[in-house]
Amino acid sequence: MDSNWQLLIDSLWPLAKGAITATIPLALISFALGLAIALLMALMRISKNPALSGIARVYISIVRGTPLLVQLFVIFYGMPSLGITIDPWPSAIIAFSLNIGGYGAEIIRAAILSVPTGQWEAGYTLGMSRTRSLYRLILPQATRVAIPPLSNSFISLVKDTSLASTILVTEMFRKAQEITASTYEFMLLYCEAAAIYWVICLLLSALQNSVEGRLEKYVTK
Amino acid sequence: MSPSSSTLLSVTGLHKAFGENQVLKGIDFNVHSGEVVALIGPSGSGKTTALRCLNGLEIADAGTVGFEGGPTVSFEPKTKPKTAQVLRERSAMVFQGHHLFPHLTVLQNVSIGPIEVQKRPRAQVLEEAHKLLDRVGLGAKADAYPNSLSGGQQQRVGIVRALMQQPDLLLFDEPTSALDPELVGEVLSVIKELAQEGWSMVLVTHELAFARDVADTVVFMDGGVVVETGAAAQVLSAPTNSRTQAFVQRLLHPF
Repeated sequence: MDSNWQLLIDSLWPLAKGAITATIPLALISFALGLAIALLMALMRISKNPALSGIARVYISIVRGTPLLVQLFVIFYGMPSLGITIDPWPSAIIAFSLNIGGYGAEIIRAAILSVPTGQWEAGYTLGMSRTRSLYRLILPQATRVAIPPLSNSFISLVKDTSLASTILVTEMFRKAQEITASTYEFMLLYCEAAAIYWVICLLLSALQNSVEGRLEKYVTK
Repeated sequence: MSPSSSTLLSVTGLHKAFGENQVLKGIDFNVHSGEVVALIGPSGSGKTTALRCLNGLEIADAGTVGFEGGPTVSFEPKTKPKTAQVLRERSAMVFQGHHLFPHLTVLQNVSIGPIEVQKRPRAQVLEEAHKLLDRVGLGAKADAYPNSLSGGQQQRVGIVRALMQQPDLLLFDEPTSALDPELVGEVLSVIKELAQEGWSMVLVTHELAFARDVADTVVFMDGGVVVETGAAAQVLSAPTNSRTQAFVQRLLHPF
């Protein structure tokens, strides 16, 4: 039992280091890039131009219709056969951002559509263009609607970064696997990793609540 | 309105269909400088659609909306919203549902257009905004968010937002229809004051007593056409057309 406690404590720092140097940055970078893709795709999807909305539709359909693990493998193990070799980190970031881009696009599109048409019209009557109405009037209101589902996506992403272990990114879960290779303490190490994911997600939920609270001030109850 | 005042807005031959539904079948009327024109008529008569065509929120299929001294827009089915938006340089709209921006304070709501679109000096805009908010009794609410105001207060902010555009013509789309009855008076009295000050306006309304009191001219629409136009007192008190007579009777004696 003592040796178990010792292993738990000894492995805490290597796992935390994996979280700090890989899991968290991987999630943050991919989410930021993914949001940019998502906003672009959402705007294309609601655009009246059939080509633009068609491209967005196909993109969203492919991302949502194929497993993330398969997407990772195609990018990391598949692309080299086309002569394109991508390192583990960039591969992971590409796959995760494309994934967030697809799911986030639908969230942002729904949030934009949830803002009443009268808000656009009020902007137009003040002489605003469609673009200015969008970023000064519609997006600020859509943000409030989008934050809970986007937080969901972010929390999923934090956990999904564990899939990057399969393409040689030494993130937290891969660290745990490495330790089990020499100790054979599978239950202990994997539960410890799970606990750290859980703690990170608890912190993120708390952050989500505080952001939501700040955006509530102008909402009619 | 003095009888000699010049024409500010001419509307001729407005047609508009939504799918199979022909909503406007050739609407003509004029607004003179300083004149208050009330558009009245049963629901579905096309008066709101006509009003929305006046500032390009709706693209008419045919017809002309022209301001004295420009701009003039001749509508065709393929007229782009961008082409019609020049009309907004001369007019401002007060909506039935006020459509204030919930994420902006009252002061930001009324100053965002002048500062960001018209590029007028910020300090001057804010001073003017405070003055107008004071005038409608909302000086203390400048930093409040719209959700903390009553319906009547929200609509008064909506009116200030329109005034801040410094338009030549104010458009009101049933400004009191969404309000609780006890809040209607405070909004109508603001509109009446503006009318007395000489603002030109087109008012879509169901408040016949108010129209008789404030409007110079009443345009009675039914089924997408103008049935009767004339001095407010005459059209509302002694209508000549039988459809107008029936409508006025129905509103004055609902049951």
